[in-house]
Amino acid sequence: MDFTVIAEANGDSLHPTTYQLIGAAASMGSNPTVICPNGTGAEEAAKINGVEKVISVNGDCFNIFDGGAWASSLSSLCGDIILISASPNGREIGSRIAAKKDIPVIQDVTSMTEGITVSRPIYSGKAMESLTITGSAVITLRPNSFEAALAENNAPINVVDQSADVKISIQEAINKASERLDVTEADIIISGGRGMGTIENFSHLEEIADTIGAAVGASRAVVDEWGMPHRMQVGQTGKTVTPSLYIAVGISGAIQHLAGMRSSKYILAINKDSDAPIFGVADYGIVASWEDAIPSLKSALSELQS
Amino acid sequence: MNISVLLKQVPDTTAKISISNGKVDEDSVSKWSMSPYDEYALEAGMQLKEATGGNLIAITCGPERTKKMLTDAAAVGADTLVHIPIEGVKDSTHIQKLLAAAVERFDSSVILCGKQAADTNGGSTGPGVAELIGAACVTLVSEVKFSDGKFTTIRPSSSGIEKVMVDGLSVFAFDKGTSELRRPNVRGIMMAKKKPIESISSDDLGVALDSSSLVVNSQSPPPEKPAGQKFEGAEHVGEVVLKLRNEANVI
Repeated sequence: MDFTVIAEANGDSLHPTTYQLIGAAASMGSNPTVICPNGTGAEEAAKINGVEKVISVNGDCFNIFDGGAWASSLSSLCGDIILISASPNGREIGSRIAAKKDIPVIQDVTSMTEGITVSRPIYSGKAMESLTITGSAVITLRPNSFEAALAENNAPINVVDQSADVKISIQEAINKASERLDVTEADIIISGGRGMGTIENFSHLEEIADTIGAAVGASRAVVDEWGMPHRMQVGQTGKTVTPSLYIAVGISGAIQHLAGMRSSKYILAINKDSDAPIFGVADYGIVASWEDAIPSLKSALSELQS
Repeated sequence: MNISVLLKQVPDTTAKISISNGKVDEDSVSKWSMSPYDEYALEAGMQLKEATGGNLIAITCGPERTKKMLTDAAAVGADTLVHIPIEGVKDSTHIQKLLAAAVERFDSSVILCGKQAADTNGGSTGPGVAELIGAACVTLVSEVKFSDGKFTTIRPSSSGIEKVMVDGLSVFAFDKGTSELRRPNVRGIMMAKKKPIESISSDDLGVALDSSSLVVNSQSPPPEKPAGQKFEGAEHVGEVVLKLRNEANVI
């Protein structure tokens, strides 16, 4: 089986998940071909260990994101097993390529072994599913689930011109410059729930987030009842997140919420109710009200940063 | 204008998922609901219908129980209810072919669906169907409007949001929308109960559900986490922060 990795970009460089996609292919004993849409990050990709070659694809269609156009441009360059990030854009391109090639697409895979056997969370993490793939397939990988490959390589770069018809156009872009770090991008998330008392008290979580470079998340209850933005919502009907550290403050841990954050690497829960279900998934639990715990948390973290 | 909404019935997000014999036990699911993002697609479908005087077609693939959800869709205003009976878990490629054939049969101008279903969490259906019918697709949208023969929609961008325009056959996959979901009134519920459900088999649609190269080995509960360390009282915060640095190496 030959593996193709479709690189995910972040601005002008590669998104960290691209290193994980290549690491995942390498762990299967493959030297993948890496496709860089619009050529973004091609030179960077050529330096990543395990990469056999990089295909830098140029085309006008990459000026805006149209999953259909991107898939049309990239599809013919792909091999048997196509790895792509389980980001919203990755899922869309992956589904399109799979439908075009009439092969299965398996989304949001968190582990992959010889066979090829993969597992993925279903019901937002309330269960896991193991699947075996016997032919070609598109597999999207959940960010932060696979070891990243290191970069000390020097693979060749082929440049290909291949555009496709774009069917959509951007009428207007509305920037939200003040927007905080997105929960799906953050390595540390601090989330608040109803236990925070009022929406104003989230300012304390924001202060901590600023100290440690974290994103601020929220439970469904406070999004629905206090009108916090939906993009902050972690859980089954919000974002599924996998940060290195998830700090849950005043969140009881409804099954809905756990579904969205239980695969975080480490979980710290702060809740005054010792029986709160959140403690069932926490690596570290502190039974205390946020009023008592947050000032000490703030000072302990700033001390570490200085 | 024919507006098709693709709906999926899933275990309610509050329902417990139990496993028996290496499979999710569907019989033990306490409540089945319309997948949450599909509800926003349906609401947007109703708004498009009202704005254009169109016909709203609700389509689902699934076992017998899914007809109840179609009736629920009729209660808020769906005009035509289409059930494609299938049993068991199918490869998403198969589902996409069935749905694509159905939307073509009803000569749909626009197709609305949720960005992903609350059970498989895949997000393959909207873009996959779009590919099969040669349509444009915009995902994670929060609203869709129609004017001068074109659709405009809002989707997130790396720096905020953007207004996207599409001309021609389009699929829109919804995130949580900006509109309040309408609730059915008593009359709507009564009328919906009498609304016929059109059943169209995969044979009728001309879709061969050939064998898949994908084999489901097992389904299992999520891996148990070893019990964590629990501390009573805020005076332990400093100690825990040091553990986050020295044991977990995450700060």
